[in-house]
Amino acid sequence: MKAVNIIGAGLGGLYLSICLARKGIHSNLISQMPSERAQSVLGEGGINVAIGESDSLDSHIEDTLKGGAYLENKDNVVQLVNNAKDIVEDLIKLGVPFERKNNQLVLRNFGGQINKRTAYSKTSTGKMIMTSLIDETRKYESLGLINRLSHHKCVDVKIDNNEFKYVVIKDLFTDKCYNLTGTLVIASGGLNGYFEGSVTGSSLNDAYLQSSLFSNGMEFKNLEFIQYHPTTIDIKSKRLLISEAARGEGGRLFYFDDNGNKEYFLEKKYPDKGNLMTRDVISREEYMFMQVGKQVYLDMTRVDANKWKTTLSDLRNEVMDYLGIDPIKEYIPVTPGIHYFMGGINVDINHKTSIKNIYAIGEAASIYHGANRLGGNSMLGALVGAKVVSKTIEEKVISESKIEEIKYEKKAINPLKLRQIRNILLNSMGIVRDENSLKQSLEELDKLLDEDNTIYVNFAKAIVMSALNRKESRGAHYRSDYSESSASYKKQTIVKFDKEIKVNLK
Amino acid sequence: MEYIISVLRKKRNGDEQYVQSFNYETSSLETSLLQVLININNQYNEDIAFEYSCSQKKCGACSAIINNHPRLLCHAKLKDYNKEIRIEPLRKFPVICDLIVDRSILYDNLKKLKLWLDEDADASEKNNELVYKSSECILCGLCLEACPNFNIESSFYGPSSISLTSKIVLEGDIETKNKLRKEYQEHIYNGCGRSLACVNVCPKKIRIDKLLVNLNGLSIWKKR
Repeated sequence: MKAVNIIGAGLGGLYLSICLARKGIHSNLISQMPSERAQSVLGEGGINVAIGESDSLDSHIEDTLKGGAYLENKDNVVQLVNNAKDIVEDLIKLGVPFERKNNQLVLRNFGGQINKRTAYSKTSTGKMIMTSLIDETRKYESLGLINRLSHHKCVDVKIDNNEFKYVVIKDLFTDKCYNLTGTLVIASGGLNGYFEGSVTGSSLNDAYLQSSLFSNGMEFKNLEFIQYHPTTIDIKSKRLLISEAARGEGGRLFYFDDNGNKEYFLEKKYPDKGNLMTRDVISREEYMFMQVGKQVYLDMTRVDANKWKTTLSDLRNEVMDYLGIDPIKEYIPVTPGIHYFMGGINVDINHKTSIKNIYAIGEAASIYHGANRLGGNSMLGALVGAKVVSKTIEEKVISESKIEEIKYEKKAINPLKLRQIRNILLNSMGIVRDENSLKQSLEELDKLLDEDNTIYVNFAKAIVMSALNRKESRGAHYRSDYSESSASYKKQTIVKFDKEIKVNLK
Repeated sequence: MEYIISVLRKKRNGDEQYVQSFNYETSSLETSLLQVLININNQYNEDIAFEYSCSQKKCGACSAIINNHPRLLCHAKLKDYNKEIRIEPLRKFPVICDLIVDRSILYDNLKKLKLWLDEDADASEKNNELVYKSSECILCGLCLEACPNFNIESSFYGPSSISLTSKIVLEGDIETKNKLRKEYQEHIYNGCGRSLACVNVCPKKIRIDKLLVNLNGLSIWKKR
């Protein structure tokens, strides 16, 4: 049977399987756990769509480019923005309960954008979209067009002469392994696994597949750009995200100055966008205050009382539940935490990777967000990528998909080593970087190298080397030793393994 | 503070379940039991198997029985317990390994209900709040564990089916409602004993009883 193999059943993979099924194309939807457990259900604030009265596509394009420090190729951003309206309309037809008034979408303010542009469902937009998409998937499952292979992990990829051959997947319930041929789409999310414990996202996005693809010669792009979200809280096992909607709906950031007065530093420094500056800028400001021992707080005590009953009700519940803080009355202490990876698999405008017959979408791919992603653009990016791939893939070009049981053994990486790799990366890939700490990280990573973890260490080195190579500051990449942007670096970092790790600017 | 954490384990492909206990010392009582298990694995070089993903009550992966109560590991904190904490896998589902169980029945029942929209959703905003509440179900399975009327062989599909059915019935056209009516009567309405145990254990605090009342009105009595 001809089928597309999709690794990852989050928003991108799920929507792709639906779009393909609508064209009558079969897909295998492979994921470690069912879609209900995917990171996409954590999506909070909403999805950008420029349909407001004073808004325009051009304005959404410009905000996205500017928010990304003008690194991204404009054609890609145009594709992202131009598809937004159709996609949101599709989601409404599928039953997503977006906030509406008089049958018109209600839009909220979000970071880096002056116009109200973000369609939402309280602060659980991702969960609401996922529930509707999963319902739709069930319809195509019953028709045999979608084969949900939950509890299956992709453990290896075979590539020959830059062409995809097969993947090995393992049934996590039985431990049996299978070979899968056919066209492959990577929709396995961001690189959380390299920063576990310090991210807001899901631990399922372990980046194992990405590191394996890298060692097999796949090109990656802009790995140095890691988004630190300015309002997160350490809850021991992870960073809990307070949605940007908190500020979109009137929340403000401050610290106590030496006289004990509240200093709303963003409003003072950036009178135009204030608390809704882009995430890279706010996180950096917070970092500077943290360095001098100041705690930054989120003040939502003056948010319109009505909103607590409606659009912010679930945000309040969560903050009370996990932090024991009632945001109506109390300030929330926040710090920056890793939230999104702008870098990922290098793809062209059709989401084709550097390897024949492999595509990549969602956070796994690097295509729309440049050096810093705008809030409200990530779910949009995942959905647009899915739609584009479903249009690109024609049935005649899909190769035969066979599932065959095989014997496969591979030694797992020592968890202690994995933790060491994470600590090394955290030390040098923070909000502020410099040559010394990056070089030191590379040396430490080399010392950890052994037979069983080469793949993991190599990809970690690729991340650090990408940061080392960019001798400028742009978007989420800030170098204390090169604190300005440089026109000569307005290029994409392309990193590739070919006998050794090679970093180039293109 | 010192805790004794006992875990009911089972080897993959093994037959017997066995209890393994660990001493766990900490001053940080806000720690979730999920993190405690991760720490035990690291500290004792163990390989206790359990599922988790979001660690914040939004994905439903880390369901377990803690001191005889079904809960999410990420939402149970040390401070909620005294010295001894016993963690077991859910009891109504086949155990794969340690705390991992096969919850396929949750998804299979939804498929058997034919739970999807056949036409575009009725997008009128009057139902928004109820659709929202109905969509919040994370399919963790805790309600099935607590429900006195559900087991994996029963013809009753369980409380988790109720909230998701509610969404489709609220948004579906008349054909969709007709399609669901018979299945609903047979596999939900007739099976539910109104114990409301589901409401007590739901980590999302979904008022399944209210959805059920509304659903009965929509799907059983109102034929048009």
